[in-house]
Amino acid sequence: MTSLAFAAAERRQRDVVEVVLGFARTLRHAGVAASPDRVEAMLAAVGHLDVLDPGDVYWAGRLTLCGSPDDLDRYDAAFNAYFAGEAPRRSRTSSTQEQRLAESAPLGATDGGGTESEEEAPDLKAAASEAEVLRSRDVADLTVAERDQLRRLFALLVPAAPMRPSRRRRPDHHGGVDMARTIRHALRDGGEITSLRRRRPRPRPRRVVLLVDVSGSMSPYADALLRFAHAAVRARPASTEVFTIGTRLTRVTREMRLRDPDKALAASGDAIPDWSGGTRIGEVLKAFLDRWGQRGTARGAVVVLCSDGWERGGTELLAEQMVRLHRLAHSVVWVNPHKGRAGYEPLTGGMQAALPAVDHFVAGHSLAAFEELAGVIEDA
Amino acid sequence: MSQPTAVPSRPDAVPPADPQELAAALEATGYLPDEGLATAAFLALAMHRPLFLEGEAGVGKTALAHALAQVTGRPVHRLQCYEGLEASQALYDWDFGRQLLHLRAAEAAGQGGDTATLEAGLYDRRFLLARPLLQALEDSPSVLLVDEVDRADDEFEAFLLELLSDYTISIPELGTVRAEIPPLVVLTSNRTREVHDALKRRCLYHWLEHPDFEREVAILRRRLPQVTEELARQVARATAKLRSLDLLKPPGIAEAMDWATALHTLGARELDPDTAARTLGAVLKYREDTDRVHALTRGALFG
Repeated sequence: MTSLAFAAAERRQRDVVEVVLGFARTLRHAGVAASPDRVEAMLAAVGHLDVLDPGDVYWAGRLTLCGSPDDLDRYDAAFNAYFAGEAPRRSRTSSTQEQRLAESAPLGATDGGGTESEEEAPDLKAAASEAEVLRSRDVADLTVAERDQLRRLFALLVPAAPMRPSRRRRPDHHGGVDMARTIRHALRDGGEITSLRRRRPRPRPRRVVLLVDVSGSMSPYADALLRFAHAAVRARPASTEVFTIGTRLTRVTREMRLRDPDKALAASGDAIPDWSGGTRIGEVLKAFLDRWGQRGTARGAVVVLCSDGWERGGTELLAEQMVRLHRLAHSVVWVNPHKGRAGYEPLTGGMQAALPAVDHFVAGHSLAAFEELAGVIEDA
Repeated sequence: MSQPTAVPSRPDAVPPADPQELAAALEATGYLPDEGLATAAFLALAMHRPLFLEGEAGVGKTALAHALAQVTGRPVHRLQCYEGLEASQALYDWDFGRQLLHLRAAEAAGQGGDTATLEAGLYDRRFLLARPLLQALEDSPSVLLVDEVDRADDEFEAFLLELLSDYTISIPELGTVRAEIPPLVVLTSNRTREVHDALKRRCLYHWLEHPDFEREVAILRRRLPQVTEELARQVARATAKLRSLDLLKPPGIAEAMDWATALHTLGARELDPDTAARTLGAVLKYREDTDRVHALTRGALFG
């Protein structure tokens, strides 16, 4: 190869790297986590294929940069935009979502309640009994300062996971004979089995799935419910799933795994497109069961639905999907904040339709009710 | 648990030169891939990277591994994952019965005194039972199929990660086993749970769709040569319609093949509403789905 040709080849190589890096940037803006090692893999893949063939470049990128079916649509859009020369467009601006989160969910807002906090004198004894009172007050009726105080109490909530026996075993004094350990032990006595070693199943946490209604009618409680969900995820990150329901289904488990509750809620707010909109519980529940539940997320799990049961459409679909959910899940818990009110009767059409397929029907309007809910989930 | 299948038909030294060549070779074995899948399999071979396949049940994820084995002339080692899968079922296990027998035999022969020699003799390769992962490394080059990895628990994923990064297994009592040529690894998932990102990052990711109409007819014709062209087309058309009905379990290509076979076995040369209704159990596996399809006008579906 002449030096001129070599230089040309090297330039082309550099061009490819630049183009791929630029594409990866576009893709990250579109919401696909194209990490550096994935980009490196794409470069390697392109090296094995024809760089000038758009089809080859498309597949090289799709196979290496994507990691789930949700990524594929975004990838296609980003690929078209980038290679057709269009400027990448950010899918959503986060500021408007944060705004909405703050408006509808003032539980986490720290400022703006100046006068009220001055009224509450910082008397230690009074504060302690206030905390007691606060525990059983309805979240919807609280002042901004009280919400702020309650928010700190939420941090102390550690929902325990329900357990189930697993197929893995651990050494124990009772149970089946553990051949491996028995023989290993026998070696010490020259091959004579002097005692049997035993093992029994090790308990594992049962999966907990929380479906939180974030529609308009639930907005006074959505923040508290999401905080409870965050506490549950923080306690058992691997076996807890959180979805929000409104006019559509959004999975927020990933966002909920952030340690800081405020950051986790802000991130979830970004991810939820239908905050404070209407509700179509039946349809969204069907979407959940089709895409996640039936595949395994709901199988043998404790499924907790947090909603007031206001259904826009007909209730036949909801009833049908609740029966389906009940068949898949280990147990179904329905949390309705209105149940905490005196004289509440489950009269809404949605509640009537859902109740036959619900194992535990509990309130979720105050911290005390959430503590009770944690107990119900643990024993479910 | 797994048995080396596939007969060596071609030396491994001649890998396909481009995705089209691999696609042609796969077609020759009866597996009809689309462009994306052929590219994915080609890159998996060329880059020595595991192939992570996701998609609905019955779209041909497992079948691809077997077809690739046939094309490359490698044996398949299959590990079926399930909850609670342990290293002793996936990697290797010591044959305790034979070890104990060996001890007794040594004792009878009068060499029972020296524990160290005796124990060293116990941990010999002949007392080791190789499970699929170890088999795949020892039997190099091979195809390793890790089926339904989403069913295993997450501890197993972490363990798989270690194996897939350097294709070695270390056995404390025996030493390290390394594959001369990295096995072609195919992981499949039905997405019952999200597999950890760290594992996916090491793999080529491909989402398998249901085949389009023409491809489905071609697959049916190829896999079931006894079925008439007309019947294959009708079954493919009806299956596609069933998939658009928003069922609990939309039928995959495997179900379409079962259905065509069932119809052929009954002696049907074409799909009429009556035989279709009688054989619906081959495609639909939920009572709700069957009720729904029965409720629809039969003519609209099987016309």
